[in-house]
Amino acid sequence: MTVTRRLSAPFGSQLDRKQTFEFEFEGKILTAIAGDSIASALAANGHWILSRSFKYHRPRGVLSMAGQDANTLVRVNGLPNCLADCTLVGPGMVVHGQNYSGGLRRDRMALLGWLSRFLPVAFYYRAFYWPRNAWNIWYRLFRKVTGLGAIDPAHVAPRHDKQYQFCDVAVIGAGRSGMQKALAEAARGRQVLLLDENNLMGGSLRYTRASVDAAAELRTLEELIDAVSREVHIDVMTSAVVNGLYTDRWLSAVKGRRMLKIRAGQVALCTGALEQHALFHNNDLPGVMLGSASQRLIKFFGVRPGQRAVVLAGNDQAYGVVLDMLDAGIDVAMVVDMRQHVSSEERCIAVRQAGVEILTGHAVFAAQGHDHIKSVEIRELNADGKCHGPTRSVDCDLLAVSVGVMPAWQLACQAGAELVYEDNNAAFSIRGLPEGVEVAGSAAGVPSGMNHPWPIVAHPKGKEFVDFDEDLQIADIINAVNEGYEHVQLVKRYSTCGMGPSQGRHSALATARLVASETGRTVAETGVTTARPPFAPESLAHLAGRSFYPERHTAMHQRHLQAGAEMLPAGTWYRPARYGTDTDTVALEASHVRKGVGMIDVSTLGGIEVRGPDAVEFLERIYTWVFRKLPIGQSRYALMTNEAGVVIDDGVACRLAENEFYVTATTGGVDNVFRKMLQWNAQWALDVDLANVTSAWAAVNVAGPLAREVLQAAGTDVALDSDAFPFMAVRIGQLAGIPVRVIRVGFVGELGYEIHVPAHYGEALWDALMEHGAPMGIAAFGVEAQRLLRLEKGHVIVGQDTDAMTTPAELQMSWAVGKKKPFFVGQRSLQILNERPDGRVLAGFMIGDTAAPMPKECHLVFANGEPVGRVTSSAFSPALDCVIGLAYLPAADSAPGAQFTIHCDGGQQVQARVAALPFYDPAGERQKS
Amino acid sequence: MPLSLLKYGFSDRFPAKFQFTPTKNLKKHYDVVIIGAGGHGAAIAFYLAKYHGITDIALLDRSYLGGGNTARNTAVIRSNYLTPEGVRFYRESVRLFHELSNELNYNVMLEERGQLTLACTDAAIRSFRWRAEMNQHLGVRSELVDRQMVRELVPSLRMAENGRYPVLGGLWHADGATARHDAVVWGYAREACARGVELHQLTEVQGIDIQNGVAKGVRTNRGDISCGCVVQAVAGMSSVVAEMAGIRLPIHSYPLQAMVTQPYKPMLDPLVSSPQLHVYVQQTSRGEFVIGGGSDPYPLYSTRSTLEMKETLSAAILELFPFLAQAKVLRQWAGITDMTPDYSPIMGLSPVENYYLDAGWGTWGFKATPICGKTMAQLVATGTVPDLIQPFELERFYRFEQVNEAGATAASH
Repeated sequence: MTVTRRLSAPFGSQLDRKQTFEFEFEGKILTAIAGDSIASALAANGHWILSRSFKYHRPRGVLSMAGQDANTLVRVNGLPNCLADCTLVGPGMVVHGQNYSGGLRRDRMALLGWLSRFLPVAFYYRAFYWPRNAWNIWYRLFRKVTGLGAIDPAHVAPRHDKQYQFCDVAVIGAGRSGMQKALAEAARGRQVLLLDENNLMGGSLRYTRASVDAAAELRTLEELIDAVSREVHIDVMTSAVVNGLYTDRWLSAVKGRRMLKIRAGQVALCTGALEQHALFHNNDLPGVMLGSASQRLIKFFGVRPGQRAVVLAGNDQAYGVVLDMLDAGIDVAMVVDMRQHVSSEERCIAVRQAGVEILTGHAVFAAQGHDHIKSVEIRELNADGKCHGPTRSVDCDLLAVSVGVMPAWQLACQAGAELVYEDNNAAFSIRGLPEGVEVAGSAAGVPSGMNHPWPIVAHPKGKEFVDFDEDLQIADIINAVNEGYEHVQLVKRYSTCGMGPSQGRHSALATARLVASETGRTVAETGVTTARPPFAPESLAHLAGRSFYPERHTAMHQRHLQAGAEMLPAGTWYRPARYGTDTDTVALEASHVRKGVGMIDVSTLGGIEVRGPDAVEFLERIYTWVFRKLPIGQSRYALMTNEAGVVIDDGVACRLAENEFYVTATTGGVDNVFRKMLQWNAQWALDVDLANVTSAWAAVNVAGPLAREVLQAAGTDVALDSDAFPFMAVRIGQLAGIPVRVIRVGFVGELGYEIHVPAHYGEALWDALMEHGAPMGIAAFGVEAQRLLRLEKGHVIVGQDTDAMTTPAELQMSWAVGKKKPFFVGQRSLQILNERPDGRVLAGFMIGDTAAPMPKECHLVFANGEPVGRVTSSAFSPALDCVIGLAYLPAADSAPGAQFTIHCDGGQQVQARVAALPFYDPAGERQKS
Repeated sequence: MPLSLLKYGFSDRFPAKFQFTPTKNLKKHYDVVIIGAGGHGAAIAFYLAKYHGITDIALLDRSYLGGGNTARNTAVIRSNYLTPEGVRFYRESVRLFHELSNELNYNVMLEERGQLTLACTDAAIRSFRWRAEMNQHLGVRSELVDRQMVRELVPSLRMAENGRYPVLGGLWHADGATARHDAVVWGYAREACARGVELHQLTEVQGIDIQNGVAKGVRTNRGDISCGCVVQAVAGMSSVVAEMAGIRLPIHSYPLQAMVTQPYKPMLDPLVSSPQLHVYVQQTSRGEFVIGGGSDPYPLYSTRSTLEMKETLSAAILELFPFLAQAKVLRQWAGITDMTPDYSPIMGLSPVENYYLDAGWGTWGFKATPICGKTMAQLVATGTVPDLIQPFELERFYRFEQVNEAGATAASH
């Protein structure tokens, strides 16, 4: 069997006939030749059915043989929706058809085809919703049968990556015009990247028959390839599918397991043309294919697409197809030419001379056969393009259709151009390309004579498929229009025409023609089609590339791990949550700080340098408080609001010099703070320099009554006694031989020093503090202990204790808002908001009942059955020996001592009492000691 | 085989009935002019016609019916918002969605498959608890679930125990649903037109006629119209159209992108989103995976799509469902979202008399379609602002009374 279908060289240019191997299709072992696509190997073995269609489960086979249709979607080695006409067969490959029940040849679901008269266009909108909620049952049934291939949930994708490329000119398509364009640009000394989706250059020169003299065409091809290969300015990249042409000539292409991202100075689209199908009864039957598909099978793969062929012609190109068929020894029973007269072009004359019967003014009315074409029915065309008269039946096992082409418009339209159709001569052109993008060759336009204006033959029984992906027939399009969906976009959306895997490649033109005809407009007025990226379906593996979700580690990260810390994500950073897993770990860590000394890695705190003559002015505008009179060597709390007066970040601003500030920000907020700063200063244009130095600095907070002794022991040139280095002061000096910036802060409410060092000293600092602090019993504490300690002190965490509406007044932090400043971001809003009487307040609370469940953050506060507030922080305080927390309450009900109810998990109600803040050391003596 | 389909099958000729207004000239005057024939505009027209007897309505669109954000959104319906005002409003919308197919005699394919929003940080757990508590109080099915429950709801999800974004829990919203977005606008428009509303497509409003602070008519590319009142329902163009009426809206417009894969056999029922990874996904009943995320980072009025957003979404979705690496993207697109400072819409009266606003729909417009149509129609017909939309009036910004939904939107549409 195989022998008769295979053609010998020179046919089969893709094949390496020395190598053959076996593969599996639908459980059968078949033989392929190296270089075969799945579809060609199957064709050589006499298998034409590749898949079952989406809706009616009709058998489908080769249509374009160029990866441009959904007929060839198969399952390859477990992966769904692979194009059988583009995927090369490999040894041992396992291939299955898709979307069938029972067998590919005997699909039980094909019954749906018989029901098609009951399933008119958009049938699902008309039914299935009665009685109420009936769709809830129906959709579950639909979900059992829809979709094409099945996703393999166990699949692990091999590694995919990305590469950036740059070139003066990117030429897409290495056919005749692409190669010519590349040579011309290279001759001007420009660096050219020539891309083609096929594995060999040549484009249509390799498979079409533009003239009788095939040898002359082959010479042209070889000369061009030779010239391109010798040109040093041209980089050739084959097997690369260009999928996207984005703004500013930004291209994406897929090659192998790599995605290329190419910035081109100029783009030339030489993407060629896409052959179009004709509409007649059973135009989807296996054995019916585009003329170019039969040529590809013959020339690329040396496979005879049939033994006895009929060719449906609408242009001269069809006669090139006939000549190729004759060369391949195929019996061409008849050429059915839809034109009234055959042109005097040499290919037509050659076909006539070869004695092939040519029937002009006729069309294929229907293809007949069960799961492969057996015969065609031919009728005469009348003046208005309709079939009439008696039917003539011709036996054949191949019907090749060459009635028209469209420019491969997708990339041009992605770039914003428009595909223009001229109704009087069925010609195409591309209009409105952006600067730096041009089109050449067939992609630039299809001239008059290439397209038959109406290759559409309606049949009383329908099944003339406009869109193969969605199984849409002529009547579906017409009915959509007649139901009022007249705009071509509405037709598409209503009928789902063009929404399938081939994205309207073969249906857009026919649809536009049918809509135009039905609405009495021209095709040009109707509009043919648009395009959105990508050109060809691209896998998520390609798009994602290597997963890149970076983790940021502080300089002391290894020390935390060595100490058995459990790490906690904090924005992009990881921080030690606690050192150990015992239930009392956090309490112990906290108690160390309260009673002795502890240290915590605070390197993740944001750090922003603000320098320049306007540095103070800048801070005055960005932050709510006043900094003009802040002495050098002092720091001050810095609270940031947005235009609406909402608190968005806080930190400490340290004045290091007259015009130099070091400002800290929250771990999660610093990037946004810095962005806002840049944004505002772009408007203000102050003489100030901003730098986000977060990762340049490592920092440790040493806190506790013995903190001073630790620093002393480590050795420092900074005078540490309280008079020389008071609360909120900043000092620059050395500690344990390391250059440091020390800020005396009190976030956890004890005597504390925040020691900032260049990041590469971080680990050395940590080690030095551990070593010299050992006699004082220093111990590291984690974020959880810090949260507890700060809560006892009543300090808020922006983001946890604030929400998208919180104002400074609600936080009882109006003290941090300058009253006499001329301006800061959010000032006007705050002035208005502060006038409002009925606000809310973030208040402290305690729960006396030790048996009560502990409220969690974001449990709601209720009054009279309505939510009136919520808990933002809560914890058991070892220092106070009860549950404490912060909660938003109505201002009127927030006086210390007031009782309120919190609804905990499972609706349990807990009584809490408002407590004055801070809970711990209200006078603040400890942090100032 | 439903009866309604049998009648199509057994009739000789397809009984196509024209569902909208056949092309004809504009009248000189209408009682109501609605700018924008998207889901909202069509819904307003429908409720006015059916429940208020007002049928002298021109429903205008510069392009085709439902061709704006109605066509571009990813069709997520949910009510698990944060503020009581928001939750009540969207809860009512979900209720109306459940009745919609029968109300319109048009299957809008409401599928209540539930929505799961994933938490990868304890901050997310906190905010989900807030939403769940508020939702439950207001009768919305919404609960904070733990890892085990997440695993049961979506067995194919990667929990990433030791990964960059470990799944710690989630917010499970059993009321979460999808519907066929196009069907919603078509159904509304068909029923409105059947009651005498005139749908005019390809009719662009180019100016608003205002006299002494009162809207008197609109100027279009097909002629001028005088009218009793004007309703603007033009998501993505709200500021531009309001500007024609001399109204400045507190809106920044950002592109929002999405993409869709080829159809595969349905395997993922719930809608899954991860605010941390800025991605959400749902598999339609056609089998396509629809994947979306957050808005673009800077304001723009162009609906171009970008490679970068597609790469970001792809990388993010593979963190959740690594096996989707084999799925292939078919199409990507963008819509324009009108973002308000508080992530809530602007509905109701405007500074111009007889000019009504239906604007600021950001990423939450589709899910509000029925309730918005119903309440706006009530407002237009009676002149009284319905309680449900009172909190969303434009004036709230003048008074600093925002309805803050910032915590309930992001990438959890």
